[in-house]
Amino acid sequence: MKEIFEILEQNGRATPEQISTMVDKPVSEVEKIIKQAEKDGTILKYKTIVNWPKLGEEDIWALIEVRVAPQRDVGFDAIAERIYQFPEVYSAYLVSGTYDLALLVKGKNMQGISSFVTEKLAPLERVQSTVTHFLLKRYKENGETFHLPKEINKRLPITP
Amino acid sequence: MLNTKSAPTQARDNLISQKVTNLPPSGIRKFFDLLSSVEGVISLGIGEPDFVTPWHIREAGTYSLEKGYTMYTSNSGMPELRQELASYLELRYGLSYDPEYEILITVGTSEGLDLALRAIINPGDEVIIPDPCYVAYPANVILAGGVPILVPTGEENNFVVRATDIEAHITKQTKAILIGYPTNPTGAVMSKKEADAIAGLAKKNDLLVISDEIYARLVYGVEHICFPSLPGMKERTILISGFSKSHAMTGWRIGYVAADRRFIQALTKIHQYTMLCAPAMAQVAAIEALRNGESEVEKMVQEYNRRRRFMVKRLNEIGLPCFEPKGAFYAFPSIKTTGMNSEEFAEKLLLEEKVAVVPGTAFGPCGEGFVRCCYATSLPNIEEALKRMDRFIRKSRLKSE
Repeated sequence: MKEIFEILEQNGRATPEQISTMVDKPVSEVEKIIKQAEKDGTILKYKTIVNWPKLGEEDIWALIEVRVAPQRDVGFDAIAERIYQFPEVYSAYLVSGTYDLALLVKGKNMQGISSFVTEKLAPLERVQSTVTHFLLKRYKENGETFHLPKEINKRLPITP
Repeated sequence: MLNTKSAPTQARDNLISQKVTNLPPSGIRKFFDLLSSVEGVISLGIGEPDFVTPWHIREAGTYSLEKGYTMYTSNSGMPELRQELASYLELRYGLSYDPEYEILITVGTSEGLDLALRAIINPGDEVIIPDPCYVAYPANVILAGGVPILVPTGEENNFVVRATDIEAHITKQTKAILIGYPTNPTGAVMSKKEADAIAGLAKKNDLLVISDEIYARLVYGVEHICFPSLPGMKERTILISGFSKSHAMTGWRIGYVAADRRFIQALTKIHQYTMLCAPAMAQVAAIEALRNGESEVEKMVQEYNRRRRFMVKRLNEIGLPCFEPKGAFYAFPSIKTTGMNSEEFAEKLLLEEKVAVVPGTAFGPCGEGFVRCCYATSLPNIEEALKRMDRFIRKSRLKSE
């Protein structure tokens, strides 16, 4: 069963027929498992990884370290929830170490991100400090490499 | 020899040895030349993994260069590598080989095969080989001075050689049986029962067995039978294998032989006069492969298995009946219903639809009526190749009607 999700994680467009052949299970069973997974939140969403810079579109990204004061009873969850609901926040994590929340923030330009930080994030009552790192270059994301080294034709077309 | 007054070399007609002159060229080579003349080909004709060697192994190789491991190693191979191999064979198959005297590191499995044959063959000795088989087997036997005796196999037994068929070919000159399961080109695997029968035969007739287990790790839903692990077989089996297929390391040229001390001693004698040692960098990489490579091997096997199921199902759907290959990364469908022979099929398919497969006859006369399709290529490639093959078959049926 796990294999079905591994295949879908690699290729969200794999059809139940294709998957059924690959895992050697009837199509109806694969369909049932996928439907169930979509319903119960095992599969959250199907998305496409777009290489935006190829279209000339280049969003600005920043990694923001946030130190916050935890709250009685709810710890970090309440303030995290307050923060991650901003649409600018692409990913949010609670981390161990010298700061508490790690945010990946997306903006149209540098101005957009800095106004998010100065106007929305920093003024929040429980936020003690922020450190913003602008992303300079993306090498690998979600297991996929962006700048593949030029492929040389490695294999001979026919070998014993 | 500078001053000898022999005739100019061009005039001599015995310039090349008889043995080599008579050696038939590889059936694959011929096809390779044809293939180079066509563009946009999807190749199912490749006999190696499409994965690049896992990064941690490449990194270990690179690091060995940076550290300056650029000298000869011991003839037998680095002690750490032999030790790792001994533990590996013990863990996987319950075999205990003494890393000092019973394991030899070779330049790929190919060298192991050559050494094994040269070490045991006296002129005229016969070596039994199932047909079809890996292209190098008969040639290696001939080069070692022996006589290859091909024993036919066919689809009725899923291309596994039967002990009774072997028995029918045993003569006073028979020295050894050379088998390679899982098999290139058919993808056949040998069951315990079939292996036991051959082991019994070897004991009864006092024959050696050379077991090429390069594809041992690529089996699907069955357990690999390591031939020397059968009762009484360790003493009379020369096990040859390597890292090319399991760890996607074809270009590193690194393999090994495990056998009884008297064999390893003999093989090492030839090895030290011809190769000296396997590449040091590849040996370091192989140590890393054995120590930390297991999860990567499993990942690749899982991926091959998905492609295998896909390819076999599609081949059957488009009218090329194919038994279920449970090992290696080849499917061996029958093309008999098309009315073409293997070479004709492969050639026309290449020219008309730009898909390369290897004619079964490249692997022996019993390969006639079959082609080898390798699924060590991406799923989209396999899908597209089979779409083209489907079109090709339908077109050729229309033409012949």
